[in-house]
This record gives sequence, C-alpha cells and structure tokens, in this order.
Amino acid sequence: MATDVHRPVTPKTADPAPGSPARPTPTLAPVHPAPTPASVPHTRAPAAAPASAPHAVHVEGLTRSFDGRPVIDNLRLDVRPGEFVALLGRSGCGKSTLLRILAGLDRDIEGTVLVPRRKAVAFQAPRLMPWKRVWRNVLLGLPGKPERALAERALKEVGLDHRSGAWPKTLSGGEAQRASLARALVREPDLLLLDEPFGALDALTRIKAQRLVDELWQRRGCAVLLVTHDVEEAVLLADRVLVMDEGVIAYETRIDLERPRDITDPRFAELRARLLERLGVDTVAEAA
Amino acid sequence: MSISHAPPDSSPPDTPDASGFAKGGNGVASSRGDAPESPAAPVPAHDVDLGLEPIRPSSSRRTRVPRWLRRTSGPVLLLLLWQILSATGALTPDVLASPGRIARVAGDLIADGSLPSAMGTSLRRVAAGLVLGAVVGTGLALLSGLFRVGEDLVDASVQMLRTVPFVGLIPLFIIWFGIGEAPKVAIITLGVSFPLYLNVYAGIRGVDSQLIEAGESLGLSRWGLVRHVVLPGALPGAMTGLRYSLGIAWLALVFAEQINADAGIGFLMVQARDFLRTDVIVVCLIVYAFLGLLADFIVRSLERLLLQWRPTFTGR
Repeated sequence: MATDVHRPVTPKTADPAPGSPARPTPTLAPVHPAPTPASVPHTRAPAAAPASAPHAVHVEGLTRSFDGRPVIDNLRLDVRPGEFVALLGRSGCGKSTLLRILAGLDRDIEGTVLVPRRKAVAFQAPRLMPWKRVWRNVLLGLPGKPERALAERALKEVGLDHRSGAWPKTLSGGEAQRASLARALVREPDLLLLDEPFGALDALTRIKAQRLVDELWQRRGCAVLLVTHDVEEAVLLADRVLVMDEGVIAYETRIDLERPRDITDPRFAELRARLLERLGVDTVAEAA
Repeated sequence: MSISHAPPDSSPPDTPDASGFAKGGNGVASSRGDAPESPAAPVPAHDVDLGLEPIRPSSSRRTRVPRWLRRTSGPVLLLLLWQILSATGALTPDVLASPGRIARVAGDLIADGSLPSAMGTSLRRVAAGLVLGAVVGTGLALLSGLFRVGEDLVDASVQMLRTVPFVGLIPLFIIWFGIGEAPKVAIITLGVSFPLYLNVYAGIRGVDSQLIEAGESLGLSRWGLVRHVVLPGALPGAMTGLRYSLGIAWLALVFAEQINADAGIGFLMVQARDFLRTDVIVVCLIVYAFLGLLADFIVRSLERLLLQWRPTFTGR
C-alpha cells in the first residue's frame, strides 16, 4: 500500500516537458526518515542541500537496521551528476537496500539522504503492469495527460517501438526489460537506479542490454547507480565501482579504461581480478 | 525412456554415420543408457536396437467426428433414453412426462404468455438482487481491502455473517419485509454479496506487492495506485466472485419464489406441483437451466473483454 510519507520525495511539481538531455545540476530532495511526521511542510526547501560540489546523490551517516541489526551502518556516498557508478557486493550485503532507500521505497532510515526529484528505477524483474499495454506502462505515473507518441519515442530509443501495443505478458524477457528501461527513461531522470536489471536475462540478451544501457547513458547524461553482483558488468559499464561490505562502502576504484571497453584487455582482467579478490573470491588462476 | 548420464565425449564412436544424427553432438543418439564403452570397441549399428517409436503429430490422432457432434451426442442420447422409457410406459407421466409432451407444454406456456411473463418477473428480481448485492459486496470489499480501518471494522462482521446460511433468514425477512418483492430481492442480495465480497477482498489483498512498489517508484499517488495497480489486479478475483454470485442468485431466486410468490417461474412451479403437472415443472427447470447458461455466457464474455491481458490455458 502507498505510504503517505512518500509524497514529500516526489512531488508532482516536476515539469512534464521533455527537456534537453543535457541539464544543469539537479535539485536534490531529501528522503525523509519515516519517523518524521508527514504533516510537516518541509517539502519545498531542501534545507540541507550541500553548497559545495554538485551532487546527484549525497548520502551521509545513513543507517538502516532490520530488527536491530544494522544492514547499512553509517554509510557515506556521493555521486556526481552524469556519473555511472556500479555497486558490487556479496548477496545480502545491503546493496539492494541502499538502492531502495535512494528510490524512496524504504524510509525506516536514519541519516541524510539527498536524491534528485527526477529519478527512476528499473528493477530486476521488469514489473510491468500486465493489464496495461506496453505504451501505457511507459506513461504510467507521468503527470498530466501524456500522449502515446511520447511513449513511442522512449520505446524507439530502446528498440521496442514495434511492440508498443502489445500486452506485457506476450513480451520476451529481454523485451520486457527494455520496456522497463523505456519506462524509466521517459521520466527524463537525473538519477537512474538499476537494480540488477540484467540478472534475469540470458547471456546473449544480457550483452545486448548492457550495450543498450551504455548507449542510453552516454546519450542522456544522467547519473546511474547500477547494483549488480556481476563484476565484469560493473567494470564494463561504470566510471567508478564501489564494493559494499558490512554496511559501508568498503572499497572503491575508478575505471579509467576508454569506452567501448574490451573484456579481453589485460587491464580489464586485472581490475576484475582485484574486485573479485575484494569480494572474497580467489582468482589467482584467472588473473594469471 | 532412458536418458543417460553417459559423458558426451563418448559419442563419436557411438554414432555411426548411418544413424542420421550429426556427429559429435550430444544428441539423443549419443546418450544411451549403458554406454560408457571404450572408444576402442565401437558397436556396429545393427547390434544396437533402441526400440525407436515414432512420435505422431497430434493432428493424425484426432478422430473424424467433429467436436460439436461429440459434445451434443451425450445429451441427445439421454433424451432418447428418456423418450423410450416414457413410450414403453416404464416412466409414467405422473412421475416424469415424456420429452415430447414437455416440448408441447412449453409451446403452450409460451403461446398463452404465462411463461414469458413469469420469466420477466423472475429476471427482474434476479437483476435487482444482483445489482444491490454487487454494490454492497464490492463496496464493503473495497472498504476493507483498501483501508486498514475498513478491514478492522468490516471484515470480522462479514466473516461472521457469512457462516449463517442465508436461506435460513427467509422467515425473518418475511416478518421484516412482508410478502411483496422486498424479501425476495433481499434474499438474493444477501446471497450475492458474500461471494463478491470475499473474492474482491482477496483480489485486492493478493495484488503483487512488487507491482505496487513499482507504481510507487513511478510516482503514482495513492489514488493512482488504487486505480492503475490495485483495482485492475483485483479484477480476476472480482470476476470469479461474480460467477459464484450468479450461481447463488439463481439458487436464492428458487428459494425465494417458492415461498409466498404470486408471479415468476417459482410460482409457476408451485402451482404445477399442486396440480401434479410434472411437465410444467420440468419446463420451469429447463428455463432455470437456460437462464443460468445465459448468465454464464455473459460473465465469460465479460472476462474475455476485461481480462484479455491474461494469457490463459484453453485446453487441448
């Protein structure tokens, strides 16, 4: 069910006009912890917005506990506008929880979390409404009465305009995931949150989908946070790879390889091995 | 059927050219049950009898008789048996009239206008009860499905009342509402409300929480979530409820009309009973059956229209 406290984060004030992809610093809206009474009208002025370097995400002192056990413990994270960040971590390390917090879906938090007003999520499962045709799914939740052409443009961008009138249950896994991406992109997000979006795809479709995300990101220039457990994928796509462990960002590294990246590049292999080691996977044989 | 665990690399010696399968693949031919022989001793093709059997395409298995004929032959046979039993005198008219006589009586009843007017009266009652019951049932279900307060207030009472057999309330309803149309409509309303309530409520509560979360992440308001996610998601449940409700509506109609009615199909039946007219009774039963079929057809069409997004298994 809808939480009432959700309203402060995504107010309907976001202008529906599809602006140019290149846009200035996004205005950050704080994600308020759940205990804050929703009646307090602190929506308009993001008082705690950092005055210094521009951020697409600013997280400080974030703690999220499940039954008294902290899954995220005093975490700090900054993402620059337009930066592609991959978040790696072992299963259950809290990376998906962090993404859900940034998406405003989990509010039992302590600490400061600032995210852009315009953000979009693509989940591991496409989560399309099966009772709405693809194009209606894409437009779902947009303010006003958007036209079908808007959806078709977004679908064309992911190469799915020919299935615009289809029912979601008739799409293949890859098509459904692309529709989900189109639904995220049509919102012109300043921050795109991807929660293992390729996890359920077969190997070939995954490669195509990764290329597509790479292309879309270069064209749109929005900040991306990709949660994944696939080290190769992280090194392939991200500017910066974070490894999460014990509820904090335990390790981070820049990926300065030029794009498009080549997985057979020895530097690629070296980065991959180093990250795998960080994740507790012994890769001596592979790195050699 | 044996699906073996023989290593695929043992296949080249196992698949001679004559077998027709591509060499070196891990196809069916290579995966034999007892096959880890050494490559040094290849087995000749004619020694290996796998006992192959053809898989026939489903089209060749179909019988020549068309489906509609197969489906109608059962009832027709039954009718024939009935006619024979009546003609030979094994089934006397005061137990059960013959099919031919029933058809004649039906023709008479339609001709003198008594059957159409009775049907009209009964249909009006069912329609009124159904509409009222649908409003009450879905209304309460929305209240308790969408709001926790509503659930606390409504659900316990409805679950409690549900266990009371509604037919048992007829005497009470006659005292409350008299013997006019009101008690009949009320009993149908009562019967219809519960299955609708239960199924709509379950439908609302059964909506995938992942979809709700997706809707939230898309910035849908609370009402938007209800409109675009919760209600469409509850629709399959609501349709099931509607189907149950229609069945119960007819049942309630029969009960209601057999008590203190002066019009309608039930009244026709009570009258016929008093004159030992089994033929009229059977005509009325057939009318009930056809009305039931009609109602079912309407729900099916509604489902096809409203649930077209749902790919369903249609049988073979």
